[in-house]
Amino acid sequence: MTADRSFAAAPRALPHDEIDELVGVPYQNSLGDDVYFPSRDGYVEICEALKRAGFATCRDLCGVDYLTNPGRALPDGVTPQRFEVVVVLLSHQRARQVRLRVMVPEDDPVVGTLFSVFPGTENMEREAYDMFGIRFDGHPDPTRILMPEEWEGHPLRRDYGMGRVPVQFKEAPGPR
Amino acid sequence: MTIEYEDRSQKGAGVDLDAPDEVEERLKAETSEGPQELVPLDRTDPRELAIETGGVLRVPESMVLDPDARDVSFGDGDTMILNLGPQHPSTHGVLRMMVELQGETVLRSKPVIGYLHTGMEKTGEALTYVQGATNVTRMDYLSPLPNELVYSLAVEKLLGVEIPPRATWIRMLMCELNRISSHVTWAATNGLDLAATTMMIFGFRERDLVLQFFEKTTGLRMNHNYIRPGGVAAELPDGWEDDVEVIVDTVGARLNDYDELITGQPIFRERTEGVGVIPPDLLVALSATGPLLRASGVPWDLRRSMPYLAYDEVDFDVIVGTVGDTFDRYAVRLNEIRESIKIIRQILEKMPAGDYRAQDKKVTPPPRARIDESMEALIHHFKLFTSGIEPPAGETYVAVESPRGELGCYLVSDGTNRPMRMHIRAPSFVNLQSVPAMLRGGLIADMIAILSSVDPVLGEVDR
Repeated sequence: MTADRSFAAAPRALPHDEIDELVGVPYQNSLGDDVYFPSRDGYVEICEALKRAGFATCRDLCGVDYLTNPGRALPDGVTPQRFEVVVVLLSHQRARQVRLRVMVPEDDPVVGTLFSVFPGTENMEREAYDMFGIRFDGHPDPTRILMPEEWEGHPLRRDYGMGRVPVQFKEAPGPR
Repeated sequence: MTIEYEDRSQKGAGVDLDAPDEVEERLKAETSEGPQELVPLDRTDPRELAIETGGVLRVPESMVLDPDARDVSFGDGDTMILNLGPQHPSTHGVLRMMVELQGETVLRSKPVIGYLHTGMEKTGEALTYVQGATNVTRMDYLSPLPNELVYSLAVEKLLGVEIPPRATWIRMLMCELNRISSHVTWAATNGLDLAATTMMIFGFRERDLVLQFFEKTTGLRMNHNYIRPGGVAAELPDGWEDDVEVIVDTVGARLNDYDELITGQPIFRERTEGVGVIPPDLLVALSATGPLLRASGVPWDLRRSMPYLAYDEVDFDVIVGTVGDTFDRYAVRLNEIRESIKIIRQILEKMPAGDYRAQDKKVTPPPRARIDESMEALIHHFKLFTSGIEPPAGETYVAVESPRGELGCYLVSDGTNRPMRMHIRAPSFVNLQSVPAMLRGGLIADMIAILSSVDPVLGEVDR
């Protein structure tokens, strides 16, 4: 199996009418899912517009670190960056989801918070900050959630020092 | 809020040891942890104070109750921060709650989590796709099979493999049995929290029926690694129909015992009715899913609305509540057990014949007997367990309805044999955000009932 299968060439999963126009950003069909690539500045506004269009719930929000895989398949007009924030929105009425992937540069890992649009992203954004060091501008409680408060580093980054702390699993060998 | 903060780090340096006042000062000040003397609270570093008091408590400022609006007299109007857990027996694990109290009324609260964090998402990046199911099954330890299912579905979607119908129906059977065992365990612990000890014994008795069948089928009572990418690990044991029929008949009959014991019981109803009411629009905004959302009247069930496996081929009802209180959440779960029994009876009738896993040499191992006679099968077996599956590069989000709500898996492949990112959207983690909104304005005594009604599993919250 090869790694260069292009998702952009696949036919669109659903008839794209008002959502396409509403979002107006590069689109990709990823294995049948609708994926949009909003810019970092326009991302919160697009989420607000989608909420007005019925996408009332944020299903999931997580960070991804593409440090080891920078050359991934992206649609035209999207510059790959090290981090991504992936948001999955859900409309109960349409029983339909859309996914947004926001590029977040390594040297300035800040995006706007979705807290005011979807209060349910509060824990998820804290987790993304804790695990990747992506800061959410305007979040009411930008603290660590899973790791201890005084922890250094962000464990899910690809360059995090795994095995940095030596752990002894067996009894230490004797003098012989 | 800015507080003038005096820098106390230099205190204790260069004191005159002969002066008794200074010795006392120094004893107070100089420890390995820095100065230890008690100072007024307003001299604490704001950041430190925020950590100490729970920082921003989970309810937005606009929603905070006005103590003066309540018809209770509170003395001088001071509030108190009370810490519950992480070792409190009614917090279902290691959940810690910080609650701001005015008298006995809860004003704001904040769940503090992370005590069980073991970095399972990071571990998932180090394991191959073949090994990955052993990792995810440990997240929600009360319903391990939906965990394995969502991971396997995500890997299969990246791979693009077709699963034989029998494997799909076996998965459905196991997941519905798991829903029963999870809900009766919830009824048991909920009963224990509300001092109904008999309920605790009853619930675990029924759970064991299911776990015995799981042990017979998968070899293990928990953490089965039974649902794997490509199908399931083994065929159902001989006579499984009889075993499953005994389970559903017994549990179905005993649900009536639950009704007699709990549902109509005045003490239980007093403690749950009208407690922790939460409106549906708030739950939708807070991304809540599962029985918690359905109890408030939103008929959202992924099995019905976005069907996976073969849920569109079985007939069942989505149970919804009307009020959205703790009693509704109890009633919704109890009736979901009945619906699961209904689904399992249909599975018993409709179970198709065929393979229990896809016969794709790149995804599933060849049968043991083939390895002895075929070099090719031996090579496939070796390749699968050394390097494993290599899905094409891509990303996908798959969700299933676990007993606690929407369980999602966001999987990113870079074309190698290990996931580049494996994120689990844990329903308990998200549902916990609704707790402060439910506790607000209630009594501290109701907090235990409300916490229990959300059914958080801390292994999944912290991952």
